[in-house]
Amino acid sequence: MQDKRFHSVRLDKEKCRGCTNCLKRCPTEAIRVRAGRAHIIDERCIDCGECIRVCENHAKYALTDPLATINDFKYKIALPAPSLYGQFKKLISPSQILEGLLHMGFDDVFEVASGADIVTRAIRERMRSMSPERFPIISSACPAITRLIQVRFPELIPHIIDMRQPMEVAAMVAKREFCQKHGVSEEDVGCFFITPCAAKMTAIRNPIGQEKSAVDGAISMLEIYGLLAGHIKNYPSALNLSTATSYGVGWANNGGEAAAVCPEKSMAVDGIENVIRVLEEIENNKLRDLVFFEGAACTGGCVGGPLTFENSYIARNAIRSLMKGCDLRHPDEAVKTSYLTKYPLQTTKKIVPNSVMKLDDDITEAMRKMEQMEEIVKSLPGYDCGSCGSPTCRTFAEDIVRGHASKMDCIHILKDQLKIMAQKMVELAKTTRE
Amino acid sequence: MQELTLADTYQVKAQDYAMAGDASAAIKRKLKQLGVDSGVLRRIAVACYEAELNLIIHSIGGTLTISMTPSEIKLASSDAGPGIPNIDQALTEGFSTASEEARNLGFGAGMGLPNMKRNADEFHIESEVGKGTQIRMRFHIKQG
Repeated sequence: MQDKRFHSVRLDKEKCRGCTNCLKRCPTEAIRVRAGRAHIIDERCIDCGECIRVCENHAKYALTDPLATINDFKYKIALPAPSLYGQFKKLISPSQILEGLLHMGFDDVFEVASGADIVTRAIRERMRSMSPERFPIISSACPAITRLIQVRFPELIPHIIDMRQPMEVAAMVAKREFCQKHGVSEEDVGCFFITPCAAKMTAIRNPIGQEKSAVDGAISMLEIYGLLAGHIKNYPSALNLSTATSYGVGWANNGGEAAAVCPEKSMAVDGIENVIRVLEEIENNKLRDLVFFEGAACTGGCVGGPLTFENSYIARNAIRSLMKGCDLRHPDEAVKTSYLTKYPLQTTKKIVPNSVMKLDDDITEAMRKMEQMEEIVKSLPGYDCGSCGSPTCRTFAEDIVRGHASKMDCIHILKDQLKIMAQKMVELAKTTRE
Repeated sequence: MQELTLADTYQVKAQDYAMAGDASAAIKRKLKQLGVDSGVLRRIAVACYEAELNLIIHSIGGTLTISMTPSEIKLASSDAGPGIPNIDQALTEGFSTASEEARNLGFGAGMGLPNMKRNADEFHIESEVGKGTQIRMRFHIKQG
């Protein structure tokens, strides 16, 4: 189910009114409005979901696997993201949710929070032998941030930790343990991530850092919320299915990963505009003492994802109370050492820069185009109004130079031209009358 | 045939901490659009930011100029005062003449000039008390 060009974030053309809301908010300037509706530039989109959040007409949505897809497999395992635990009020333990998922029809359930525990331990081991030149280490947990770095901060790529994400580790471990326990073959088993966001869906179909994802599909939290709520009992049974530590569950909140991996000299930033600002400072070498950086595209961290149901601040508090009842040991103690060697935890593919910002592959051509761009920018009004369909006047100039737009698309320039033409018509009328 | 050259100058006002980093951000963005290699870009980003900060913290105001040919990038910082009395001392790591206000904002670690020198492929500095300071840096761009 690999697709190099897959993007979860999509546009429903029928609902789009061609306004400028998403156009202005996209952090990689991946949206243009042409012929009365929005268009997403595939190469520039990082699936952060900002446009989904800001679209007033609900024209932007995240494409995820429908629940029925689980029936493509003989055996189905649910991989709940820890942010799922924050979606329900008055829970005593995450075990209630895990039981609810089993009740819904999954054959097994494996907490992504446990995957986070393993990754926490693995990152800490890895950091012990890392040269300080690699600091600050940047977390790879949020795929939207990794993609943002590929596009806008490619020189920071060497700082991204070469460790797989918790959902990948959870899928690998869950599948192997299930197959060993039940004596079935891995191809009959489907692992499904219960996702709070679009970026993780894209990361499954179009992985970064590895050839193929271990996860078979992503099911949106919004899609199963109602169904799952009906299957949750208001007290946990004696089964006590939840074994993740409070640190692992804490990854759902912004700052959770940093607290687990590197409590001293770490920084956690949420909201994509804030992350951009801090990455600029890291790029300028302004944060010299920083060892670990956790960036989340969504406010509050994963609990604030575009596919969550509960208000992110309420969910954050819910996660905090649940954490108190979990295994309080640190993953260094709680995670068995055998996990670090039994499974391939490090990423195998190098992360490459995404050079969409480049005007041309040839530097001389790029310089020529930039010269043209600067000339055009000088003749534009500088209102950044978005009426031409590009987010700013500078981007509009870039679009013209790339051959995707023409100067008359600017309504202010068009208005000025009309005034000149109208004046000429008046003068013509005067001379012909005489 | 003369090599194609692009040049841009940014005005930097003294003590203008609110705009600190704006010129560097604009320069970085342009270089990314030109497809300058990431390694070189990182070094220019660091040197440019330090140069801009120095103009804000220490000078009476000045300019930051970036000029580029397909084979190299030149970054120049120029101001009209106050000038540096002892250049060797200024180039020593840890030495700083930053004001109280600057130190309160977290600046003044004394690494500005040494960082610029370390990140540039060529580094020249001239200064005269009462006349001003001129810094010229060169960065070689990888071909292909």
